[in-house]
Amino acid sequence: MTKNIMIVGVGGQGTLLASRILGNTVINEGYDVKVSEVHGMSQRGGSVVTYVKYGDKVYSPIIDEGEADIILAFEMLEAYRALPYLKKGGKLIVNGQRIDPMPVITGAASYPEEIADKIAAKADIKVIDALSLAKEAGNIKAVNVVLIGVMAKSTDIAYEKWIDTIRSTVPEKFLDVNLKAFDLGYNI
Amino acid sequence: MKKLLLGNAAVARGAYEAGVGVVASYPGTPSTEITEEIVKFEEIYAEWSPNEKVAAEVAIGASIGGARSMSCMKHVGLNVMADPVFTVSYTGVNGGLVFCVADDPGMHSSQNEQDSRHYAKASKIMMLEPADSSECKEFTRTAFDLSEEFDTPVFIRLSTRVSHSQSLVELGERENKELKPYEKNIGKYVMMPANAVKRHVVVEDRIAALKEFAEQTPLNSIEENGANIGVITAGIAYMYAKEALGDKADFLKLGMVYPLPEKKIKDFAAKYDKVYVIEELDPVIEDYCKSLGIEVIGKEIFTLLGEYTPNMIKSAVLGESAPQKATIDEAIPVRPPVMCAGCPHRGVFYVLKKLGLVVSGDIGCYTLGAVAPLQSVDTTICMGASVSAALGMAKARGAEFNKKLVSVIGDSTFMHSGITGLVDIVYNKGNNTVIILDNSITGMTGHQDNPTTGYTIRGEETKQVNLVALCKAVGIEHIAVCDPFDVKAFEEVVKTEINREAPSVIIAQRPCALLKKVKYTGHCKITDKCKNCNMCMKLGCPAITLKDGKVIIDATQCNGCGLCVNVCPFEAIEKEE
Repeated sequence: MTKNIMIVGVGGQGTLLASRILGNTVINEGYDVKVSEVHGMSQRGGSVVTYVKYGDKVYSPIIDEGEADIILAFEMLEAYRALPYLKKGGKLIVNGQRIDPMPVITGAASYPEEIADKIAAKADIKVIDALSLAKEAGNIKAVNVVLIGVMAKSTDIAYEKWIDTIRSTVPEKFLDVNLKAFDLGYNI
Repeated sequence: MKKLLLGNAAVARGAYEAGVGVVASYPGTPSTEITEEIVKFEEIYAEWSPNEKVAAEVAIGASIGGARSMSCMKHVGLNVMADPVFTVSYTGVNGGLVFCVADDPGMHSSQNEQDSRHYAKASKIMMLEPADSSECKEFTRTAFDLSEEFDTPVFIRLSTRVSHSQSLVELGERENKELKPYEKNIGKYVMMPANAVKRHVVVEDRIAALKEFAEQTPLNSIEENGANIGVITAGIAYMYAKEALGDKADFLKLGMVYPLPEKKIKDFAAKYDKVYVIEELDPVIEDYCKSLGIEVIGKEIFTLLGEYTPNMIKSAVLGESAPQKATIDEAIPVRPPVMCAGCPHRGVFYVLKKLGLVVSGDIGCYTLGAVAPLQSVDTTICMGASVSAALGMAKARGAEFNKKLVSVIGDSTFMHSGITGLVDIVYNKGNNTVIILDNSITGMTGHQDNPTTGYTIRGEETKQVNLVALCKAVGIEHIAVCDPFDVKAFEEVVKTEINREAPSVIIAQRPCALLKKVKYTGHCKITDKCKNCNMCMKLGCPAITLKDGKVIIDATQCNGCGLCVNVCPFEAIEKEE
């Protein structure tokens, strides 16, 4: 059975690193894996979506609506946007941060109110203040690894396996911050 | 050893293992990482060329010179390099020659959705199409052998989801390919009419031989599941179809999409009541089947637009409905891409919008100058068109219109194909003003060096093209260099140059905010001097936003570039370290 994990956020939030840590961890578990990323124009502050799929044999690299087991969202509005992709019984892990998109900044649209409650009425959602935890770890950019930590706890892959991947994926000078960030997420 | 690799990285690995010696490319999403990965292999000569035509010619020369060589580009880059491609089809190769072209169905990062398979048929060059990273590596490796065996260049066709998906790849060793001897051969390599006439015969014979090969090669494979539906498919569409239909269909997976295997397709199709052709974009395989009189179902149930998904195929072929999903019960704001906080282009477009100019735009991050609230760009067609199209506009609408018209083009795009347009302006007595947005890098594709940066693809120092001297040399007498963050000075320069009765160039110089060498610190803060005039909101900076009617600056988004400090009329924005 294939497990589908979707990572959504705003370009520049570090979703690519998160998907790489996830992808590399699951191959070490012996699964077939596909990770589909977005590069280029849409990365410039736009909505970004990464799909990570693993199982005995994975064909399509993309996840369709109604198929994601877990959605890991780096921002509230992006979590809301991704809601139709969640499988019945799936789980949303969301960073509570709000980043206004340009139509909101210009006043052409308004940022939806009480997104967490609206999602909670329809799906299992866990909201995390990953920004504060990242600050506590020593760098606000470590939001991505905090969230990976939270997600890791809801998989059946051992803690040490995640740590091994972080050690081999993250550059040496950022390693301590990222290990701390992972732990803060994992132990939430 | 198996490794998780991006499709593009797997192409690079395949080329490395095939003993490639020379790779020349121009960056373009979704193809860029192929050449960036090639650079990691020190044995290979790699370069960013000024444009795709030059890149293809470097690769062609290297092939004639006896090395295995490759050039990689996005689909629209293939248009730029089409000229040499159609003729190298006639000359054939010495060392194996591979052109790797990445299409962008869904236009994640492109200005059109062209299907590059048409080029294979038009130029009579064989084309392979991998469906995942493992095939990317294997097909690329094979492509070099086929190129030498059949004396032909070979296309590898990718699409965004193949290029930018990671999947598992078995790594192999590099073949150490000796340079093939170089022998002068005028009949083969000098394509003047008398020789080309003879080579055209060779091309047609080669296509006939490749058609035979297509019948036999394991690149085209049949998967029998005892089903009563037949599916003919290729590339990423195979993966979608396989996931959607599983064992409920038999598959003819075409790894070689030009030329196609007539007999194999006929024999396969004859076995089923219903045969579907599943391919993204144009009905290339479908039209071929129909031309053979084979009844297939294709674009009457599948769209010509965008990317496919497994659910789309499941619904079209099996009539199965999509899985249950939660809905969003209100309209939610879109999140389009925007210029980054600190982007040097923001200052330029702020001024151009303020002056109400018509802006002939180009391809790069600065295309985002067309997005609200700046909405400054009027046209974007292709690389370089900002310069030449503005000349055409001015010739059509006259001198007064020209005083409200500028071109904007990035440093890399100017080197790619803007310079020829500038020559045209000088030669044909245009009075246009061209703004070169010199941010010291090729930005949109993720920071590649170019002839104006002073560094090679390997980061080695090299001679830097001097934009001022270059513009002067083609005959531009009025060249101003200005920092677009000094908005007052920049505005004055633009006003002066557009009113001049002579062609002019403004070089808006400030490096991309994401470059490592750019060290903005701290962040900006609104003080109580703020009168809520919302002038700073006109910048369209992602860090500046309204909260309960008041302007605030989000410290997590702001990089402290200070542009807003320069536009505030009340000195109400301060920098905080």
